Amino acid sequence: MNVNRRLITALIAITAVASITGCGKKVKSGPLDTAPAITAPAPTAELTATPTAVTAGDQVVLSWRTTNANSVTIDGIGDLPSSGVKTVTPAVSTSYHLTARGDGGTGEATARVTVTAAPAAVAVVNDGAGSNMTAEEQFKANVQDIFFDYDSYDVRSDAQGALSKAAAYLATNNTVKVLIGGYCDERGSNEYNLTLGQSRANSVKQALIKAGVAESRLRVVSYGKEKPFCTESTEECWQQNRRAGFSIDR
Amino acid sequence: MTRSLHSLPRRTLIALLLSAALAPMAHAQDWIKTGSNLSNQRIRLGAAEFRPLGQDPALQGFKLTFDATLFNDLTNAGIFDMISRSLSPSGTPGSPQEINLGQWAAEPANASMVAFGSLAAVSGKLTIAGWVYDAKNPGSPQVLGKQYSDNATDDNARQLAHRFADDIIARLGGGINGIAETKIYFVSSRTGTKEIWAMDYDGQNEHQVTKLGSVSLSPRISPDNSRLAFSSIGRDGWAIRMYSLDLNRLVAFPAGIAGGANLSPAWSGDGTKLAFSSARSGESEIWVCDANGGNLRKLTAFRNNSSPTWNPRTNNQIAWVSGRTGEPQIYIMDSDGGGIQRMTDGGYAVSPSWSPNGQFLAFSWNRKYGPGAPGGQDIYVFEIASMKWLQLTHDSGSNDFPSWSPDGRHLVFERSIGGHSEIWTMLADGTEQHQLTHNGRNFMPNWSWK
Repeated sequence: MNVNRRLITALIAITAVASITGCGKKVKSGPLDTAPAITAPAPTAELTATPTAVTAGDQVVLSWRTTNANSVTIDGIGDLPSSGVKTVTPAVSTSYHLTARGDGGTGEATARVTVTAAPAAVAVVNDGAGSNMTAEEQFKANVQDIFFDYDSYDVRSDAQGALSKAAAYLATNNTVKVLIGGYCDERGSNEYNLTLGQSRANSVKQALIKAGVAESRLRVVSYGKEKPFCTESTEECWQQNRRAGFSIDR
Repeated sequence: MTRSLHSLPRRTLIALLLSAALAPMAHAQDWIKTGSNLSNQRIRLGAAEFRPLGQDPALQGFKLTFDATLFNDLTNAGIFDMISRSLSPSGTPGSPQEINLGQWAAEPANASMVAFGSLAAVSGKLTIAGWVYDAKNPGSPQVLGKQYSDNATDDNARQLAHRFADDIIARLGGGINGIAETKIYFVSSRTGTKEIWAMDYDGQNEHQVTKLGSVSLSPRISPDNSRLAFSSIGRDGWAIRMYSLDLNRLVAFPAGIAGGANLSPAWSGDGTKLAFSSARSGESEIWVCDANGGNLRKLTAFRNNSSPTWNPRTNNQIAWVSGRTGEPQIYIMDSDGGGIQRMTDGGYAVSPSWSPNGQFLAFSWNRKYGPGAPGGQDIYVFEIASMKWLQLTHDSGSNDFPSWSPDGRHLVFERSIGGHSEIWTMLADGTEQHQLTHNGRNFMPNWSWK
C-alpha cells in the first residue's frame, strides 16, 4: 500500500509513511529533507482590493486573511502578517498576488486593480495665492489629512507629498498656527485609542518639525475614536478615521 | 511561545478556590468560582413579603418597592439560593410571633433561613423592622434583628431594603460586606454629549453628575466616595478633572491639566495617590501624584501607556496597558516604576481592574486580534500568582472596561452589541450576566469602593 502511494507522488508518500509509522524518523531524501511533518492542514488565502478600479494616484486598500500559514507575502510588497490591511497607490494596473506558505503546503490569492491614467489636464491644486479663497480655504487646500495603517502611528511613505505641501504652505504663511488632531477607527478600546491618536498626531508634528516648521506653532490633541469622520464598519470608513487632521489653531 | 500562560483548567481552579473559601465540597458542580468570595454552597434563603402597618395611602407602594428591592439584592448577592415566591408559604409575618418556621422549613420551600418583617409609615417616616430566622433551628432561631428609619419616600424604601440586604449579607456571607448600597459611575451619551452619570448598583436611580458639554470619560470614584476623577476634553486637550460629591461641583486639580492628553485616572486603594496616563512629555506615559496633585512623577519611558489600576490590597503595584511592542498588552510594575512584568502574551489586551483582594486582574482581551480575524473582545480574569486566566464572557458582543465590586464577587462591564453599548453586570465567575442600563448609550463603568 505504501509502495503504491509512493508511485503517485513523493509528497503523499511521505504523508503516508509519517502517519503510519508515527513519524519516528525523518525521511532521507535530498530536497524533501526539510519538509516538515505533513499532517498540517493546507494554508488558505483570501485577498481583496477595494476599490478595484481607480485613477492613477488614488489609494487602494488591500485586505487579506490566511490560515495555517507560516509566511505570507504579496509580490512586490514583501512579508506580511497572517492577516491585515494595507493601503497602496498603484500607478498602473496591477495584479496583487498573495502567497501563503505553511506546513501543509501553499495557498494563493490574487486581486486585480485596474488603474486609468489621470486626466491630462490635471488641475494643479490651487495654492490660493492671489485668489479670492479665504485663509481657511487656503489652509484646507494645502494642509491635508495624513492617513495611517491599522494600529500604526508611523507616517507612511505615501504621506510625504502631503507633508511637504503642508510644510511649504506653513513656510509661506508663517503666522499660522496648527492644531493637529489624532484620530482612530472604531475598533479597539476608547482609552487605549486616545493614546494611539496622541502618537499619530505626535508623529505628524515631529515630521513637520523635521520639515522646518517651528515647534511652537504646532499643537496636538488626540480624539481617539471619540470624533469619527464616518461611522460605518467598513475598511473604507476605518481608513478615513485613521488619520491626523489639521485645523488653524486660533 | 515560552511564557507559562495557560487557560485555567476547571478542576484545578475549583480545587484552588474551594480550598481558599474553606467550604467543604458536597458534590461536584460544573461551574467555576473565580472570585474567591463565592463559596460553592449557597444558603437556601426565603424572603417573606413584609407586612405593612398603618393607614398611609402610599404604604402599599413602598411595600412593593421594598419587597422587590430586597428580593433582588439577595438574589444578586451571589451567595444565596433564593426561594421563589411561588414556593414560599403565603402570608406576611410582620414579627417573630407571626412567622411559622415549620412551614418555611418544610417542602417545597425547604428554607435554611427566612427574612421577614414589617414596614410602617407614620407621620412622614418610614420604619422597617426586619429579622432573619434560622428555619432549621426553632429552639434559638434569631440570626439577625434590625430596625431602620428614614423619610417616607419610594427612593428611601429602596435604600432601606439595600441596608437590610447588606446587613443580611454581612451576617450570612462570611463577614464580607454586601454591595447593595454601592454605586456605579459610568459615561452616558444620552444627552447628546458624553457625560459622567451615577446609579445604584442595581441600575436604579440613574442621575447625571457632569454637564460639561464636551466629552468626559473614565470616571473613577475615590475610595471614600468623596471625589470623582475623570478625563474630559477642553480647549487645551484632555485634562484629569475632579468633581467633589460633597460640594456637587468641580474642584481644582492643576496636576491634571498640563499639555498633552491626560487620561484614565486611578485611585490607590488608600486614596492617597492617583495614577494616570499623560502625554505632557510628548508620548503617553503613566504618571503618579499625591491626591492633591503634589509629588508628580513619571513611571514609564515608552509610548502608548494607558489605563493604570493599583493593587488595592498593597498599593505598591500598578497594572496598566502598554503598546510598547505593538498591540496593547497588560503589564504590572512596582509603584516606583521598577519590576516590570508582562502579563498577556498577545492579542489585544486592555482595561485592567485589580480585584479588592489583590489576587486577580480582570481585563478585556481579544486573543485573536487583527483585521478580519475571528474572535471577540471578552472579559477575562487573570490570577496573578499562577499566571492563569479564565474567560468570563463568550460570543456576546464586544466587552470592555470591567470593574470589580468591593466584595470581589461581581464585575460590572461595558458590552457593545452592534455598536450599541450598555452597562452589564455578572458574578465574578461569569454567571448571572444581566443588563443594568437601557437608556441611550452607556460606557466605562466604575464600581464604588463601598
